[in-house]
Amino acid sequence: MSAPATSHNGRGLAPAPLKALRPRSHGRRKAVDAAIRVFAWVAATAGIAVMSLIVWEVVQRGFSAIDWAFFTELPPVVGEDGGGLGNAILGTLVITFVAALIALPMGFFGGIWLAEFGRNGRIATGIRMVANVNMGIPSIVVGVFIFAALVRPLQHYSGFAGSIALAFIMLPVMARTTEDILNLVPNELRESGLAMGAPRWRVTLGVVIRAARSGLITGAVLATVRVAGETAPLLFTALSSPYWLQGLFGPEGFFGGPTANLTKTVYDFSGMPYERMQELAWGGALVIIVAVLGLNVLMRLIFQRGKEW
Amino acid sequence: MVGTTVSETLDQGGEILVAPPTEVAAGRSAAMDEDFDKLESVISVRGLDFFYGKEQALFDNHLEIKKNRVTAVIGPSGCGKSTHIRTYNRIYELYRDHKATGEVMFGGRNVLSSGTDLLDLRRRIGMIFQKPSPFPMTVFDNVAYGLRQHYKMNKAELSDRVEDALKRSALWEEVKHKLGEPGIALSGGQQQRLCIARCIASEPDVVLMDEPCSAIDPVATAKIEELINALKANYTIVIVTHNMQQAARVSDYTAFFYEGYIVEVGPTTQIFSNPQERQTEDYITGRFS
Repeated sequence: MSAPATSHNGRGLAPAPLKALRPRSHGRRKAVDAAIRVFAWVAATAGIAVMSLIVWEVVQRGFSAIDWAFFTELPPVVGEDGGGLGNAILGTLVITFVAALIALPMGFFGGIWLAEFGRNGRIATGIRMVANVNMGIPSIVVGVFIFAALVRPLQHYSGFAGSIALAFIMLPVMARTTEDILNLVPNELRESGLAMGAPRWRVTLGVVIRAARSGLITGAVLATVRVAGETAPLLFTALSSPYWLQGLFGPEGFFGGPTANLTKTVYDFSGMPYERMQELAWGGALVIIVAVLGLNVLMRLIFQRGKEW
Repeated sequence: MVGTTVSETLDQGGEILVAPPTEVAAGRSAAMDEDFDKLESVISVRGLDFFYGKEQALFDNHLEIKKNRVTAVIGPSGCGKSTHIRTYNRIYELYRDHKATGEVMFGGRNVLSSGTDLLDLRRRIGMIFQKPSPFPMTVFDNVAYGLRQHYKMNKAELSDRVEDALKRSALWEEVKHKLGEPGIALSGGQQQRLCIARCIASEPDVVLMDEPCSAIDPVATAKIEELINALKANYTIVIVTHNMQQAARVSDYTAFFYEGYIVEVGPTTQIFSNPQERQTEDYITGRFS
């Protein structure tokens, strides 16, 4: 930076005369470029094609099942016609909502702590590692874990246990997403806030989080949507039920007992040798796909412009 | 130490000391002339050291910041200019391994001591950063941020104050119909003036500017320099700049930093016309950057 240079080119000793530059042929590079482009195109198309096939199949088979009764009625008695998956749709909504209620605030504040306060401290590094590991745990393992920790001691399956299993999956996702998004907020903004004489928490809530709000909301919705389609954690927790949810607290027929939900119902009905049940399963799959895809797209549309930071 | 009066600035400013770091404390009383004596120091830095982890970045800095004057801090990249002024409001504390020792006397107290009320300190010593940093809120809320933080006031008072701060920042005419729009929607130069408005709205004593013009175009820079000239009637300003012409244009006093030491402090006219130290001269004449 400051040392006086010994020669104008900074190399010190007088260099030997340089050989003339020999241009290299660009033909090979252009060929490689074309090949990679084709490969990327084919790979992307193949991926999208498989996705589209699945969606198309589900739409084709499930669409006929969708009518008003599908959302409002209980499943028919085995072998009968009619009915719907109203109880399962309601159950999934409630289970997911309760899971989000538990996991989102915890994950949100956990993420804030990691990004703003714990940062590179030893505790934060440990928590971050645990969160990363938890995100990689197969969801069935979470289901079995909650079964052992909650269902067995309480002696019955319950919607609550399902919610907690889902919350368990959401928590690290939400915390890490929040942290990653807050890390995108430049430090200048934190400094500016603090330099105004505002306390740290006020800068965090009023400035940093506000700057990151669109990303945070998107993260929260995507974390929720992601678990809404989970089946495995519910197999041993919420189980299923042929009845309507009658309320939150209580055993059979209530949230405190086995609770109907879409994914488990699709899983069950798809294996039954009755056409109507299979049709309902396709309908359920369609509803899940449309809801997940729809919310994803909606979030992206709403917050596309929100990339100021 | 030369005490020649070179300009009007000098007449009112007098001379402040020009000394290698080690001689500062001893040299001051002997070297100061009458005019300098009359000037009130708002901030007195004594024996300031600064560490990034184990690496020392500032060495025994001594500097007097005079009331209602513009003090420019110049020097090559990485010489500690920003680091130095960032101790005044202790903003460096955002980062765990940054440590400052020594004295930064302000309002009769050492800012670096543990009892300092940081919120009040930062109300009294505002700061403008290199990159304009409007908060993610409306123009109005940006300017009102510090007012709401530090003062009780009703809505009418608040909007009067916001208007006043925007006028004093020469931004009012450009944004008076955009008060409800997001601050980030303004141009870069306007954003920087918005930050100045936000800073002066809560009536600080000192405004620290850390290369405030390095991210904006020349026209916007000229506006901000004009603004600095206008603001010094009411505020004490410390400006870090890479641009020596800018230092020469806006400042009354200049401190030259080199590798963490304050090599020379003096009236700007003197630093630029007749520097006392070899390193200062080399820098001013562009022998190194």
